[in-house]
Amino acid sequence: MTPLVRLTAIAAPLLRENIDTDAIIPSREMTSVSKTGLSDGLFAGWRYTAVGGREPNPDFVLNQPRYRDAQILLAGPNFGCGSSREHAVWALAEYGFRAIIAPSFNPIFQGNCIRNGVAPVVLPPEAIARIAALDTDVTVDLATLHVLVGAASWPFALGDEPREMLMEGLDAIELTLKRRGEIEAFRAADAGRRPWVYLPA
Amino acid sequence: MTSPASPLTLAEKLWRAHSVAQLDGGTDLLLIDRILLHERTGGVALKSLANAGRSVMAPQQVFATMDHIVDTLPGRSDKTLMPTGTAFLTATREAAHAAGITLFDLHDPRQGIVHVVSPEQGIVLPGLTLVCPDSHTCTQGAFGALAWGIGSTEAEHALATMTLRVARPHDMRIRVDNRLSPGVTAKDLALHIVSALGSAGAKGHVVEFAGSAVEALDMEARMTLCNLATELAAFGAVIAPDDTTFAYLKGRTYAPLGAVWEQAVALWCTLRSDDGAVFAVEHVIDAAAVTPMVTWGTSPQHAVPLGACVPNFATTGRDSRDAYDRALSYMALEAGTPLADLAIDAAFIGSCTNSRISDLRRAAAILKGRKVAPGIRAICVPGSTQVKLAAEAEGLDRIFTDAGFEWRESGCSMCFFAGGESFGPQDRVVSSTNRNFESRQGPNTRTHLASPETVAASALAGRITDPRMLETIA
Repeated sequence: MTPLVRLTAIAAPLLRENIDTDAIIPSREMTSVSKTGLSDGLFAGWRYTAVGGREPNPDFVLNQPRYRDAQILLAGPNFGCGSSREHAVWALAEYGFRAIIAPSFNPIFQGNCIRNGVAPVVLPPEAIARIAALDTDVTVDLATLHVLVGAASWPFALGDEPREMLMEGLDAIELTLKRRGEIEAFRAADAGRRPWVYLPA
Repeated sequence: MTSPASPLTLAEKLWRAHSVAQLDGGTDLLLIDRILLHERTGGVALKSLANAGRSVMAPQQVFATMDHIVDTLPGRSDKTLMPTGTAFLTATREAAHAAGITLFDLHDPRQGIVHVVSPEQGIVLPGLTLVCPDSHTCTQGAFGALAWGIGSTEAEHALATMTLRVARPHDMRIRVDNRLSPGVTAKDLALHIVSALGSAGAKGHVVEFAGSAVEALDMEARMTLCNLATELAAFGAVIAPDDTTFAYLKGRTYAPLGAVWEQAVALWCTLRSDDGAVFAVEHVIDAAAVTPMVTWGTSPQHAVPLGACVPNFATTGRDSRDAYDRALSYMALEAGTPLADLAIDAAFIGSCTNSRISDLRRAAAILKGRKVAPGIRAICVPGSTQVKLAAEAEGLDRIFTDAGFEWRESGCSMCFFAGGESFGPQDRVVSSTNRNFESRQGPNTRTHLASPETVAASALAGRITDPRMLETIA
């Protein structure tokens, strides 16, 4: 995973509340059994003029020339609600988004962001409205946990582990497998207490 | 900090029993007892794991099923209505075989929707941690298990390590006092709660459903209630296991037997919140005040009593003006329009919310000897092959088909539009499913969530109909 420490980019405003993962990547756009090839389907229902088509809807924010290189998305509350499909984050990441700034996230989606190198940044709605109105380059700094736009800045919170994972591009499985002995010992002890959990092969 | 004598919540007990280690940053390394996969998100997790050169740590504790993409038409095969669906089925099958995990394949009698088949097979048990890359995994918390939805990458982590790195969610208790009135179901209760608390109302919390109304629910109704916890953005939902739970599980394929069963039940009986346990948030709901519910908009929180009208903006209280207007416009409704009597185009009974045998029985009781209104497309999709066979053994399939319903093979089907089959654009569908998002059941379809009874009654009338009214007419 590519580490993410400090990112400066244009931010595309999509300030609707409850944007669900069906909207981020419709089920019909998840056509391959892999984590890639999904960016074309990103926001397909809004981005294109017809279902299954690829003709850009000029009204949709990502189709406006100003936001062509957006790597930051500004969104409304409860972003990523609905289905747990990680394809939503894979599609956003493949499209080029490295940070999403919203007043709140669906927790499963938020976890998926961390594991895929996309920073879920929580800011109050007023701050996001202000950033959208400023409409200039936005910096997301994980080192200082601040969003900076021109002279203005807003602090945000992020857990230590998610922050470390994003900043160092860590693979959580590798970290956990270092504890394999500990896990196996726990399982062995647990099997004495709850034998029914450990089904025979 | 907490002495052993401190009262604990059920969720805290489950958490402590699974905490392998406390990690930096406030997360725990939590032992995972069961991993469930389906072909939509599970195949990619297995494949990605194998590509990384890793193996499944405990294959006997991992189960996969085909539910999301598989067709539900008779005579189905690997060929799917969804253009690239075959790749998902074959990739999941190959990866499952290679990993040595148990797969409930297309023609396996154990096949079905993951959250229907796991309880049916006794895979979920009280006190377990169970994860699945599917947001409705919280359904299985009905058994007193800590069950939650994860992403595919987290599934890889669980497969490789039998653990997850998780931050402890907060505790919320929703106590439902009194009893539900006749003709009012767990689905109505769940929609009532989602409308009261909002679609993010339990975010970051494990919701414990408790109280006399919850205790009175059978297991299938408890699953329906827990199923919609994800529409509150909950981490998961739990209900303390009791005799109802044990009676449901006894004798199921993967449930313990004999002396081990007795040992398990003894432990399971301790799985309840202690008196005096502290919850971060508590809500109290009066079951007697709940009536049949239906959604008017494009979020499950847009639910109102069936007899009510589309609310005006001032009384909804939760949406922005823009979101409210957008929902109304999408649904082609106006504030003040009564929901009962709204003409529909289609009716759907199915999904991990309401496709179990009890759901089908209750819907069939309404349909028996009656006909679906002309021009209405009505579909019933049993939640599992076992549910389908049981329904056929008692003649429910005939009741559905005689009434004019399509009777399908089991799967998730048109709970969502996977790219193959859908309802028509602008079709108004009354549906026993869990999500009424824009285009959820097909491009520009309009979904009204309700109980299977309400779906059945509405199909007969061709309009959104309170099933209790229909019964009094009969």
